[in-house]
Amino acid sequence: MKTTRTRRARSLLAVPALAAAVTLVLAGCGSRAGDSAEPTAAAESCIDTSGDTIKLGFLNSLTGGMAISEQTVSNVLHMAADEINADGGILGKQIEYVQEDGATDWPTFAEKTEKLLTQDCVAAIFGGWTSSSRKAVKPVVEENNGLFFYPVQYEGLESSPNIYYTGATTNQQIIPAMDYLAAQGVKTLFLAGSDYVFPRTANAIIKLYAAELGIEIVGEEYVPLDKDDWTTQVSKIVAADPDFVFNTINGSSNVGFIKAYYDAGLTPETTPIISVSIAEEEAPAMGHEVTGNYASWNYFQSLQTPNNPGFIERWKAYPDSSGVTSDPMEAAYISLYLYKALAEAAGSFDVDEINAAAAEGGITVDAPEGVVTLDGENHHISKPGNIGRINADNQFDIVWSSEGFIDPDPYLEGYDWFPADVRDALVAAAG
Amino acid sequence: MPTRVRDPTLQNRLQNSAPNRERPHVDALIPPLLNGTALGALLLLAALGLTLTFGQMGVINMAHGEFIMAGAFIAYLTQLVVTSSNISIVLALPLAFLGAGLLGLLLEVGIIQWMYRRPLDTLLVTVGVSLILQQIALQIFPAQGVPVESPGWLDGQADILGYAWPLRQVFTIVLAALCLAALAAWLKYTSFGRRIRATVQNRDLAETSGIPTRTVDRITFFVGSGLAGVAGVAASLIGGTNSQMGTQYIIPAFLVVVAGGVGQIKGTVIAAWAVGIALSFFADWTTGSMAQVLAFVLVVIFLQFRPQGLFTVRTRGLT
Repeated sequence: MKTTRTRRARSLLAVPALAAAVTLVLAGCGSRAGDSAEPTAAAESCIDTSGDTIKLGFLNSLTGGMAISEQTVSNVLHMAADEINADGGILGKQIEYVQEDGATDWPTFAEKTEKLLTQDCVAAIFGGWTSSSRKAVKPVVEENNGLFFYPVQYEGLESSPNIYYTGATTNQQIIPAMDYLAAQGVKTLFLAGSDYVFPRTANAIIKLYAAELGIEIVGEEYVPLDKDDWTTQVSKIVAADPDFVFNTINGSSNVGFIKAYYDAGLTPETTPIISVSIAEEEAPAMGHEVTGNYASWNYFQSLQTPNNPGFIERWKAYPDSSGVTSDPMEAAYISLYLYKALAEAAGSFDVDEINAAAAEGGITVDAPEGVVTLDGENHHISKPGNIGRINADNQFDIVWSSEGFIDPDPYLEGYDWFPADVRDALVAAAG
Repeated sequence: MPTRVRDPTLQNRLQNSAPNRERPHVDALIPPLLNGTALGALLLLAALGLTLTFGQMGVINMAHGEFIMAGAFIAYLTQLVVTSSNISIVLALPLAFLGAGLLGLLLEVGIIQWMYRRPLDTLLVTVGVSLILQQIALQIFPAQGVPVESPGWLDGQADILGYAWPLRQVFTIVLAALCLAALAAWLKYTSFGRRIRATVQNRDLAETSGIPTRTVDRITFFVGSGLAGVAGVAASLIGGTNSQMGTQYIIPAFLVVVAGGVGQIKGTVIAAWAVGIALSFFADWTTGSMAQVLAFVLVVIFLQFRPQGLFTVRTRGLT
């Protein structure tokens, strides 16, 4: 409610600016209609920086299946915008955000991106969750030379001049998890995942690294994202009896998996699970059955860093809060501050100038997970690797941390066990 | 380089690592057969209500999945009041039946009653209703869903032919069998059951004989929706309880009803267990995704040869 009121107040103050913006939109549309050879130029002139506000777009699924995850991202973006505005805005301009609903539908993500860039003339868009939504947005932001900030850990093997990635790529989440397992002396591993691009790609990488580490893969199972029934696959885990289960399952299906696992008599003492998608938000829905298992993330609510207590406190006090902080929402929180840092380094809201500032290097954000540094080339950020064990309060006791922050390497070019032909094949398969 | 700190809780487990431990030896056919029986029971619970509302009344109720969701959330709410999960799950069964049944009654009185004999319209309208119910659940409950604690007496496994069969699966089967028996007895032996069958077979004649067919419609819809609520309690013990949970049951449930022969409970029973067991065997031989494809292909091929389903009865709604 608070956000709505302040946004309305700002809108009223910005009537002249809006009028100017409308004129610019009309001019932009006119020139585009007249000269279709230069759509980019029309789109660029569309961002209005004349008033005392700057328009940003938030694009999250507020309805449909992904709303269970993306609602929180939207809420934390609103909180970050309020914070930045209270602190004087970006380059002295107050953020005026346009919230759009991606509705768990990938063509809708593409349409809304187009609308935000060409009609609302936002300076940047923040949001998305699934890789499918990101891949729907990517061609549109590239064509219109817009900016998109993507806040979720993903399968890597991607970089775009128009996208900034504030979640982990594989070498900041999957590889630390494997390093942890190897350090514990794990010899056999079972892979369980949802059937879509992230788990398939992650498991391709896990299998290559496991061979390097001398860990044997004793099984690999996939279930469609929208199915909760894991009983047959769990029977296979019982039969294979692995040292550890690597879990790349996503969404509600994870609850079905954890329950089937518990029902079959498997426990963290006999067959522990390490997950890359169960965080503080997801764990409560799984009940006590999930307690004692592990997750690999960059951020945990239990992380002891200078900025984390304040972040947790502000989020808990926020009207639309979910009550707990978690990795993806922290990455979304970072994304808005990263944009602020970029715009201030560039001294401009212009996309090309922002990218030039990024390429110069040295852009950092003092985030709840620590001071993260932007890689100006691949547009990902450095992150700490952390492994947590779920306790009875559905919080994570941190049992392992990487030595320092891990630089992003979305194409795994620094890992010689990852062959170039596999990389090319995976990039081609991901489209 | 990452730090090499060993996690003490893991060391016990890993010292007894794979080669030293005794691996269970189980016949390859037993786990998929038993898992499939449990999955079939859940499908049957989801489909039983549809045999009434779709089979007997000809209403294509796409919000049936959200009645399942309502049942699961009622199980959760019951648990908030009666904190002992041993008792609350038993209390939740009748409450979920009542709650989902009332939702169904509301839908019948508010919308469906204007749409009898127009099954395609009921389809469109109830898709809308299902989206509304999903969004309401998303607004009321935590977005990621809520935990429904399993009662202590369902913790553990029963030893069946050397296979540790989860008790929660056994519970689903017993629950499905009880619901099936109760529904069959109700339809066959009570005067109300006879009225339903009379209305289904010939509405005009039933009305002429003094049967209040509108009341029959409402109570049939109430019971059909209530059964979805009971299915929801079972589903809450097996998978996640969240705003989206209903969507995964609705299509298989309709598939089972159609394959079994619309309006035929015995057909639904056979089809549910056939699909459940087939799914588990396919998942055992291939992958979870391929199993879904194969099971659907199997049903489609079956319907090519027998479009009327396993058994047939003349109904007023679909002919």
